[in-house]
Amino acid sequence: MNTEVNHNNLFPIGGNPDRERGPIITVKNLVKKFGSFTANDNLTFDVYRGEIFGFLGANGAGKTTALRILCGLSAPTSGEVNVAGFDIYRETEKIKKNIGYMSQKFSLYKDLTVTENIQLYAGIYGISSKKRKAKMAVLLKKLELENARNKLIASLPLGWKQKLAFSVAIFHEPKIVFLDEPTGGVDPITRRRFWDMIYEAAGNGITVFVTTHYMDEAEYCDRVSIMDAGKIEALDSPAKLKEKYNAKNMDEVFIQIAR
Amino acid sequence: MKFNLKHNSFYPPFRGGREGLSPPSEGLGEAIVINNISKSYNKTPALKNISLQVQEGELFGLIGPDGAGKTTLMRILMTLLLPDSGQATMNGLDVVADFKKIRHIVGYMPGRFSLYQDLSVEENLNFFATVFGTTVEENYDLIRDIYYQIEPFKKRRAGKLSGGMKQKLALSCALIHSPKILVLDEPTTGVDAISRKEFWNMLKKLQQKGITILVSTPYMDEANLCDRVALIQNGGILDVDPPKRITEKFPRKIIRVRSDEMFRLINDLRKFEKAESVFAFGQFVHFTGINDEVETSELDKYLEKLNHNNLLVEEVDPGIEDVFMSLMQEASPGPSEGGEKKEYNI
Repeated sequence: MNTEVNHNNLFPIGGNPDRERGPIITVKNLVKKFGSFTANDNLTFDVYRGEIFGFLGANGAGKTTALRILCGLSAPTSGEVNVAGFDIYRETEKIKKNIGYMSQKFSLYKDLTVTENIQLYAGIYGISSKKRKAKMAVLLKKLELENARNKLIASLPLGWKQKLAFSVAIFHEPKIVFLDEPTGGVDPITRRRFWDMIYEAAGNGITVFVTTHYMDEAEYCDRVSIMDAGKIEALDSPAKLKEKYNAKNMDEVFIQIAR
Repeated sequence: MKFNLKHNSFYPPFRGGREGLSPPSEGLGEAIVINNISKSYNKTPALKNISLQVQEGELFGLIGPDGAGKTTLMRILMTLLLPDSGQATMNGLDVVADFKKIRHIVGYMPGRFSLYQDLSVEENLNFFATVFGTTVEENYDLIRDIYYQIEPFKKRRAGKLSGGMKQKLALSCALIHSPKILVLDEPTTGVDAISRKEFWNMLKKLQQKGITILVSTPYMDEANLCDRVALIQNGGILDVDPPKRITEKFPRKIIRVRSDEMFRLINDLRKFEKAESVFAFGQFVHFTGINDEVETSELDKYLEKLNHNNLLVEEVDPGIEDVFMSLMQEASPGPSEGGEKKEYNI
C-alpha cells in the first residue's frame, strides 16, 4: 500500500490541536428532548479544523442523537449549532453538501458495482462528470481496485469495502467527515489500515468526527469527548485525560467516567 | 483425535489435550465435537474443514472478524443449517440426525435481536418457557441475576428496550429452559466497553452453574476472558488453545514504541529497512523486525536521529491481537480475492 501520506500539521497528536485554525463545528448549549426525555443535555464544545475528534460514550448516552443533529438530519430543541460555517436551523442543505458520512451499517449499495457506487455518490453531490472521471481513475488506482471496478460490492472482501466506503464518503472533498463506528467487526489489520486512511484525510485538511467502541482507537484521536447520560463529562486529548484520571489507558478513563 | 488445523510453521503441533486449561472443569466429557465440517454458499466457502472440541463446563471463545465463519459454524451446531460435509455432536447428539433433541438442551442467542418486538418483556419470557414446556418460576434461579435488572420494565414491549436491556432479555430467554450448552453469537458487538465487561461477568456466573458456553466475538481483548479460544479467519482455524498459551508460545519479538508524534512515528518505522510489520496499538506502535533481528537500541538510535521526542522503545509480551495479525498475514489469502494478502504487507 502506498503510505506516502501528507503530513498533518496538527501533530503531535494528543494535546496540541492548532486552535488558531479556528473551529469548524461550534456547539453552544445544545439541548435535544424527546418528550420528557433529555437526550442531549446542554452540550457545549468546538471541533477544530483538521483535527480527529473522537466522540465516545456508553450506549444510550446520546451520541447518535448529537451526531444526527450535526449532520443536519434532526433539529435541536434549543441551542446554537454551526457546522462548516452553516447554521443548523436554517442551512441544513448546505451542511449536507459540506460533510461526508460513513458507518459500518450503511455505506455502499451492495447490488451496484464499484464504479456505479462512486458515480451515484458523485451525482448526489453534483460533481461534474469530467471531474468525476478524473477523480475516479485516481481513486481506483490508489485503492488497487482497477481490476475490480465492475464487480458488485457484495463480492468484495470487507476490508476493500471499508476503504472504498470511506473514499466515497470524502469523494466530494467535504470539510468534515462523520464516521459512525466505522470499524465494527473488522479484522485487526484492516482496522489499522482504515486508521491510516483517517490520518491521511486529516492530513489533507478534512476534519474527522468519529465514534467507536474500540478504546485503543480513542488513543488515535487528537481530542476525545466522553458522553454520559446526555452530558459531555470529559473533553481533552487522550494524554491529558489519562493524566487527569490517573489512568493507564483510555479504557480506564472511559470506565471511570461512564460507570 | 484428528485435527486438521492449518498450521503456522512457528507452532508446535496442537495436541488437542487439556493441558493448561483453566479452570479445570469437573466434567471431563466433550460437550461439543466438530469433525471436518465444511460449508459453502454457492461457490464461496464459509467453513473449510473445521474440527474443534469444546469440553463440558468450558467457556470457549470463537475469535474472529466479520466473515470469518463464526455464525455459519454456530448455525450448524444449532441445527439451523446443514453442513456440506463433516459431523458434529452436541452432548453426544448428532446435529443432523438428532436435531429435535438438541434443541431442548441448547440455548441460542443469535447476533441479531430475534425476540418478538411487539410482545412485552414478560410475554417474551413466558412464551419461550411455554414453548419448551417449562415455566419461568421453575428456572427463575438461573436467570435471576440477569432478569432482575430488566424486571422493572417487564410490561414494556421488547422493541422499545435499549440495546443493553434487549441483550439481557435475549439472554434470559435463551436460558429459560435451563440448557446444558449456551451458544452466543457476538453478544457484545456494538456494545460499549462497560456493558461488555458486565456481560462477561454474567457469562462467568453462568459457567459456574455448570453450563457449557460457546461465544463468538470480533473483539480480540475478550479472548482473555475465555478458558480456551479458537482464532478463526476466512473459514479456517488459525489456532486453538487457552489464550495465555496462545500468546506465550508466540515466537516473535514485539517491540513497542511511543513518541510525541505518533503518526510520523508509524511512517518513520515503516521506512526502517528491517521493518516487517508496524501497527498502531492504542498509545503505542508495535514493531516486528525481519527475522526478529532488530534490537531496541538500534531502533532507538534510528528514531532519535529523526528527532522524535519522548521516545520509548521496549520489548513487550505479545497480546492476542499481535498473534492474530501475525497468523492472518501468514495464512493463505481469502477465498474471494487472491490478491488480498498483498495489502497486508507494509
